[in-house]
Amino acid sequence: MSEQTIDGIIEKYRGQPNSLIHALVEIQHENHWLPRDVMHKVAAALQVPFAQVMQIASFYKAFSLTPKGRHEVHVCTGMTCHLRGAAKLRAKVEELTGLKDGETDADSRFTYETGACLGSCSIGPELIVDGKHYGRMTPEKIEDVLKQYE
Amino acid sequence: MPKLQSAAELEKYRAEILARRDPAKPCIAVCVGAACDGMDSAAVAAAFVAEGGKLGDKIEVRTTGCHGYCEKGPNVVVTPGDICYFEVQPTDVPEIIAATLKGEVVERLVYKDPNTGAKAVHMNEVPFYKHQTRLLIGDNPKIDPMRIDDYLAVGGYAALVKALTEMTPEQVLDEVKKANLRGRGGGGFPAGSKWETTRNAPEKTKYVIVNGHEGESAAFMDRAMLTGNPHKILEGLIIGAYAIGAQKGFMYTRHDMPLLEKHVRNALAQAKEYGLLGQNILGSGFDFECELHFDVGIFVSGESSALMRSIEGNAPEPRPKYIRTSVNGIWDKPSNLNNVETWANVPQIISKGAEWFTSIGSEKSKGTKLISLSGNVVNSGVVEVPMGTPLRTLVFDIGGGVRDGKILKAIHFGGAMGGSIPADLIDSPLDFDGMSKLGAPIGAGGLLLMDEDTDMVEVARYLMDFLVNESCGKCVPCREGMQQMLHLLTNITRGEGKPGDLERLEDLIEVTGVASLCALGKTSGDPLKSMFRYFKPEYESRISGGSAGK
Repeated sequence: MSEQTIDGIIEKYRGQPNSLIHALVEIQHENHWLPRDVMHKVAAALQVPFAQVMQIASFYKAFSLTPKGRHEVHVCTGMTCHLRGAAKLRAKVEELTGLKDGETDADSRFTYETGACLGSCSIGPELIVDGKHYGRMTPEKIEDVLKQYE
Repeated sequence: MPKLQSAAELEKYRAEILARRDPAKPCIAVCVGAACDGMDSAAVAAAFVAEGGKLGDKIEVRTTGCHGYCEKGPNVVVTPGDICYFEVQPTDVPEIIAATLKGEVVERLVYKDPNTGAKAVHMNEVPFYKHQTRLLIGDNPKIDPMRIDDYLAVGGYAALVKALTEMTPEQVLDEVKKANLRGRGGGGFPAGSKWETTRNAPEKTKYVIVNGHEGESAAFMDRAMLTGNPHKILEGLIIGAYAIGAQKGFMYTRHDMPLLEKHVRNALAQAKEYGLLGQNILGSGFDFECELHFDVGIFVSGESSALMRSIEGNAPEPRPKYIRTSVNGIWDKPSNLNNVETWANVPQIISKGAEWFTSIGSEKSKGTKLISLSGNVVNSGVVEVPMGTPLRTLVFDIGGGVRDGKILKAIHFGGAMGGSIPADLIDSPLDFDGMSKLGAPIGAGGLLLMDEDTDMVEVARYLMDFLVNESCGKCVPCREGMQQMLHLLTNITRGEGKPGDLERLEDLIEVTGVASLCALGKTSGDPLKSMFRYFKPEYESRISGGSAGK
């Protein structure tokens, strides 16, 4: 994403320290991660100490301090998905991508994460790629799903 | 749309909407709620729009929030007649449209009983729906959440009109107190008393908050409400703000559901455009604004004081309970927080009165309760039943029993800080106090079935693992105590448990419970406590024998 978009977001919240989370959410959403220099810009514009920006950015799980892959692969580990076999989906994703929870591959194709609960329990276990839910997943179907994402 | 200046203008506008609508015109409601969406109901909706478009004005297609029967999604409901079609695929669309125009039913897509083969065509005949009382979620199939006019068409904002024109704030507060509306987020605390504390707090600036965080694992009814009918919650919030004397509201909800965000943003913008938010609402002199905030992905931010820190722009660390958020909340101003479902109950209490509300439910728990039914159940989905309904009705009549013909072992309520009760307690009524006594408090309403194959030690380990990752780390007993409990539980699941482990766990539960500030730490041992109460032999045999008990 362009630097102008980021600057645009930061400008919108200039001088509003209370809007720190809003600003970071928008940047994360657009850019998929928070580079250090961007966080410095946020600190200066919103008039909050850099340490506080770091505290928020490192505390909340929605923020990433490292670049992410082009596609985010997520296995829900909520209770229903767990009871319905999420562990097998995890094993299969890990086998296919060679990634562990939280990692990004060298080609930046996939970032793999687990987490709970995404609230689509009725169709668990499920795989989510770039926000698209694939319900009633089986390990056998995963390869075909991942193939669609280059 | 020009701003509505008065109650009369709103009622006139509502009459115009209804006059434009022909109740006999077929309408096809396609669910795009979270689960149906995961089964690609968007493609079904697109096919209906494309096919229906060819017919000009003969048929209406509406995309809606969650209908409830998620297990059988994508769900389609055709009115008039509330004909339910299940597991609809885009290829079924031409047939449904052709049948609808002829007033016929596509037999192969209606509900068929898995045991008897008996068919059910209409919503009130489908077993999943017919045992429910759908006061809150029943409107979902009638509403496109992006259109405020749909909400107005089903009588939306009439309660707000009544509150603003016929009632004083004190009367609104009294009605909610008389209704004995108890918080649906977990505590079951009377909402009216909470409102009163904030109302009576000396500060002039007051806030009201919708807690739509819904971090409880396997709870998904709040997002079904908020995504499917955002105006209902907003209406409840505005009425509450009027009673409390708050000028500003916050909707705090999940960041990871794009559809929810879209619907809530749109609802806030439309309400503002219509003059239901902002200055001088409907000419009453009451001003109220509402802002949207996101949880940014951590469980503890659903705790009320942590949530308020998050709205301020800080890390969501809970504060001690002696600081009451009702008096010292966001920026130390009096702040009244209620959960989505609690707010959603407010409009009907005002419209139909406390007496009507208290006629539903059990002695001490009034009204209906939304339940997310999942786990090893045949029919999972969002369910609404009167308080006091026996769990058996929920599990068997509505839920259809246990999947794959297995035997029910346990019922779990309340997610990671809830509890599990054995199958033989299935005739207990759904009730705040009764369930708490049994050791499985309703919590927000996530009900999970566990079948005979469920390893209860592993369930406790899993829940502890979840909480360890979600602790904010502020209180040492929570941060370290849970880590130790997880360690012990992991050993037991591996068959490496030692004599004395259960006593050590009991000690840790006690200390963590006493010495943590918020409910995450305080109740982190609750699932384990319920397990020790009902399933202790399974733990003991795992320690002595090392093999998986059943």
